[in-house]
Amino acid sequence: MSGFSTLFRKEILRFWKVVYQTVAGPVISTVLYLLVFSNALQGRVEAFPGVAYTTFLVPGLVMMAMQQNSFANASSSLIQSKVTGNVVFILLPPLSVRDLFGAYVGAAMVRGLAVGLGVLAVTLFFSIPRFVAPLWALAFGLLGCAILGTMGLLAGIWAEKFDQMAAVQSFVIAPATFLAGVFYSVHSLPPFWQAVSHLNPFFYIVDGFRYGFVGVSDVPPLVSLAVVCATLAAVSTVALSMLKTGYKLRH
Amino acid sequence: MTAAIEIHNVVKRYGGFEALRGISFSVQPGEFFGLLGPNGAGKTTLISTIAGITRATSGQVRVMGHDVVTDYQAARRALGVVPQELVFDPFFSVRETLRITSGYYGLHRNDAWIDEILANLDLTTKADANMRSLSGGMKRRVLVAQALVHRPPVIVLDEPTAGVDVELRQTLWNFIRRLNREGHTIVLTTHYLEEAQELCGRIAMLKNGQVVTLEETSQLIGRFKGGTLVFKLSGAPLPADLAARSQPGHPPDGRVRIAVGRYDEVEPILAALRVAGCVIDEMEMTHTDLEEVFLRIMRQEAA
Repeated sequence: MSGFSTLFRKEILRFWKVVYQTVAGPVISTVLYLLVFSNALQGRVEAFPGVAYTTFLVPGLVMMAMQQNSFANASSSLIQSKVTGNVVFILLPPLSVRDLFGAYVGAAMVRGLAVGLGVLAVTLFFSIPRFVAPLWALAFGLLGCAILGTMGLLAGIWAEKFDQMAAVQSFVIAPATFLAGVFYSVHSLPPFWQAVSHLNPFFYIVDGFRYGFVGVSDVPPLVSLAVVCATLAAVSTVALSMLKTGYKLRH
Repeated sequence: MTAAIEIHNVVKRYGGFEALRGISFSVQPGEFFGLLGPNGAGKTTLISTIAGITRATSGQVRVMGHDVVTDYQAARRALGVVPQELVFDPFFSVRETLRITSGYYGLHRNDAWIDEILANLDLTTKADANMRSLSGGMKRRVLVAQALVHRPPVIVLDEPTAGVDVELRQTLWNFIRRLNREGHTIVLTTHYLEEAQELCGRIAMLKNGQVVTLEETSQLIGRFKGGTLVFKLSGAPLPADLAARSQPGHPPDGRVRIAVGRYDEVEPILAALRVAGCVIDEMEMTHTDLEEVFLRIMRQEAA
């Protein structure tokens, strides 16, 4: 019997014990975005022809919240353990590289999905979201959380101080998730920024996820799926090899 | 017989600094083994290497025959380590902490043993207290308990009694002694040399990343058999032949120290002092203990 199930459960308990901070808070702030932007822009902006702005915005906001919280879960858990020194509790036992990877990324996905479902549940009070292709939504939801959870793991392994982690969060994760076509269709951008957006893997996650809800997207969903799968493969390979060599964990 | 711990030519470099410079020794099953040395000698680096937290630059370490790198899961299952740093997970209670640690070793129904460890470390009343609320001594006990949840045949304690009150030291040593009697191999580092002298059957002394001595405790102390006469004198200067034999204190305290191998050497020294006209204001005889041996060996190495 491996230690995976225990580490996975421990990582879930860790955020669940502070659920106001880790789930309820992000749900509220995402809903606030929704209220403000939908009120300000409803009727003035039409991202896709025939799709109301709120309908367009909801999936993007849900995905942004899921991404940011998946990242935050894995990264904050590891950096806290490293700074306080209790990371030895996972370094001493016979946990394998896969146990560690699976537990941290898995728990990050659970938190991301919990926040995403929370936001969706609240939006039901405003409008019933459309679920044109729920399997696409589910696939991109899971993959998006997995990619950001893995990136959180990478950042947690790499960072040595809270300040470095804050830098990654503010200068990489926040802009990349914010500017991934959450609030607008990238087709509305000037050609240069359109091209830049297409280099951002998070754009494909949001676009594919939104396709599952409204059935319209900037890029064909199959293309997005390919990009997203390749991204997950790339970040996972880096994370697994870091864990295998003990990079910054086993000195 | 497979050694409990086998260390073969272990070198650890951090950039240009060599923390361990080719360490080799083994600890046999059932031993109570002491690892001593001044701060920075490499004790914790060596323990971290045994535990797989640090990777050796070269050389091999095996725990119960399992290589700590290539067969790390079996090696870690055989090993329980009490780390030196007082670390804890503030999200959980004592019992939750121990259940989680058990789970990491794949033990999901371990409460009977957890209760026994708690009782033996006087932690039962704190079982449901959050880790944050515990005193330093209590947190230390939990660290010991965490190292024992999987009943490892080899237990390594890195300064487990640093900053801990007398009561816990007694509780802890009684429990560790019992585990040793039941066949567990114990490796201990401590700054309290009287503890090492009392508990350890064999002692290795480390300095600058090297083993400078490794012997049975009794032999080690026997090497410097005898004692030291310590005088505080007045009245007349020390006679020349005794002055040649005397050693200053560390730090110098105005007292005269003369090493004696046997008790019948004492009387002629007293006679010589009387003849020279020295007045003995204070006198005591100290016996060689591990602390004395430790200081002498470390000084020899420095010379």
